[in-house]
Amino acid sequence: MRTLIILAAVFAALGLVPFFVVSDVWLNIAIMVLYSALLGQAWNMLGGYGGQFSFGHAAFFGTGAYTVAVLQVQYGINPWIGLFAGGLAAVVVAAIIGYSTFRYGLKGSYFALVTLAFAEVLRILSNSVPITGAGVGLLIPLQVAPSNLQFADKGSYYWLVWAMALCAFAAACWIGNSRFGAQLMAVRDNEDAARALGVRAYSVKLRAIMLSGFFSGLGGVFYAQYFLYLDPHIAYGASVSIESLLVPIIGGIGTLFGPLLGAVVLHAISEVSRDLIGDVPGISLVLYGALLVVMVLFLPRGLAGLLIRRKAAPQNRKKQEAEHA
Amino acid sequence: MPEAMLEVSNICKTFGGVRASRNVSLSVPDGKITSLIGPNGAGKTTLFAQITGFLKPDSGSIRFLGEDITGASPEEIAERGMIRTFQVVKPFAGQTVRDNIAVGAHLRIRSRRGALAKAEEVAREVGLGNRLDQDASSLTVAGRKRLEVARALATEPKLILFDEVLAGLNPSEIRDVIPVIRAVKDRGITILLIEHVMQAVMSLSEYTWVLNQGGLIAEGVPKDVVSDPHVIEAYLGKGMAERIAAREKADV
Repeated sequence: MRTLIILAAVFAALGLVPFFVVSDVWLNIAIMVLYSALLGQAWNMLGGYGGQFSFGHAAFFGTGAYTVAVLQVQYGINPWIGLFAGGLAAVVVAAIIGYSTFRYGLKGSYFALVTLAFAEVLRILSNSVPITGAGVGLLIPLQVAPSNLQFADKGSYYWLVWAMALCAFAAACWIGNSRFGAQLMAVRDNEDAARALGVRAYSVKLRAIMLSGFFSGLGGVFYAQYFLYLDPHIAYGASVSIESLLVPIIGGIGTLFGPLLGAVVLHAISEVSRDLIGDVPGISLVLYGALLVVMVLFLPRGLAGLLIRRKAAPQNRKKQEAEHA
Repeated sequence: MPEAMLEVSNICKTFGGVRASRNVSLSVPDGKITSLIGPNGAGKTTLFAQITGFLKPDSGSIRFLGEDITGASPEEIAERGMIRTFQVVKPFAGQTVRDNIAVGAHLRIRSRRGALAKAEEVAREVGLGNRLDQDASSLTVAGRKRLEVARALATEPKLILFDEVLAGLNPSEIRDVIPVIRAVKDRGITILLIEHVMQAVMSLSEYTWVLNQGGLIAEGVPKDVVSDPHVIEAYLGKGMAERIAAREKADV
């Protein structure tokens, strides 16, 4: 209950940002932070709460993005419909990946490799079939109108991604306080023990990957509508997968606010580094890799873990002393 | 004669050349504490794993509450009311004691609030009432054993299979945990123990099966079983039964 109130307060405050931030540059950064938080939270549902590390969330992201783009460009279907279609298409891809991995008990690095492989297969496919525009990519025609899910001002885009992120964070909050979440975390911490207590591990993991896929797909839809351009590398490339997992790992894996914290920190770092180093192509990936190593080595529980530990440690010490006495 | 709660018939299981279970049959009666003993490597845990669906027997059948559950998944068997604990305790580390027990409670209770309340109630019963908000991984071995018992209890089972719930405890901890197990039985839950601690077997169980090299070698009331020459030989080596008997005769 308390987390729900904090969550509502945080998002209410975030919703007011466009009233105070008038500069398009800053608003763009705010949009990208929320967009990263959305992708990170999507990954966190499966990777953080469920302990199933995916290296291929681009598979969901790209499917969402291509669905809304292809429906508009090839079939003239309104992107508001494409928004939901994109989310659902990502769910279908998630269900297929979940079925083919969890059904056969793939865990840990094996699961990670299969998700990576799926994303690569989709990248190669989208690079060769005409419906996605193949290697040339898809350009969504500029027709600015709210009915067209295209906005003239950045503030409206901000609210769009804000609403998506709000849904994702609310879903994560529900995971943290529900039977489904309790079972998911039990499977993460010890699958055998969970099964012995009657937790249907396969079904729980499958539902988690579908939920995760849905929000990742929404992220893809947002990307397509915001930048109005897609190609196989953007949609199914490794950078989306890495960003998705890096954000919660920095912020605090398996925590509600970790992805938001991680998104803020990640964008702060990349803005600063852009200022210092300049726009060297691919430098962000190098930076991400270095950051990942540092986080895993020194702060495996992320920044949120740092905050929690500092708060909880003295209490534990007192308890332990009481026990020894 | 009414059918026993759990009926294991002619279970066989081999791993390569090792015959882990050879033609094991046993029937666990309703409402009692029974036990399964045997030297290390006798196949006790393997038998438990087959009964609870973690391993599939090569042949034979398992019936629980009158229904065939051979080859059913652990989840399904748990839902039917048979729960196992693990010899090597498996707490959900990083979660609190309350959250750990609530996972068990969620088997029957959908609402989070209800499951947490149930967890609290069960924790009190097994003596973890003052550790509810502690991280499960910070518990002592004895505390973790209690946690295993609590999680199993929270699922409202009809039969609990305890796999060496007393192993690794010191004598005073054993004295503390034995009443907990008795209290479980007094709630009307049937118990099958795997146990090494003979004190526990003798004082708790009403009937016992002895497993050696995958097969049953004796069964009966614990008092009789421990004086069975086959059992003594299984534990202490061939010829020991005669030597003990000879020495006893000499002492007289």
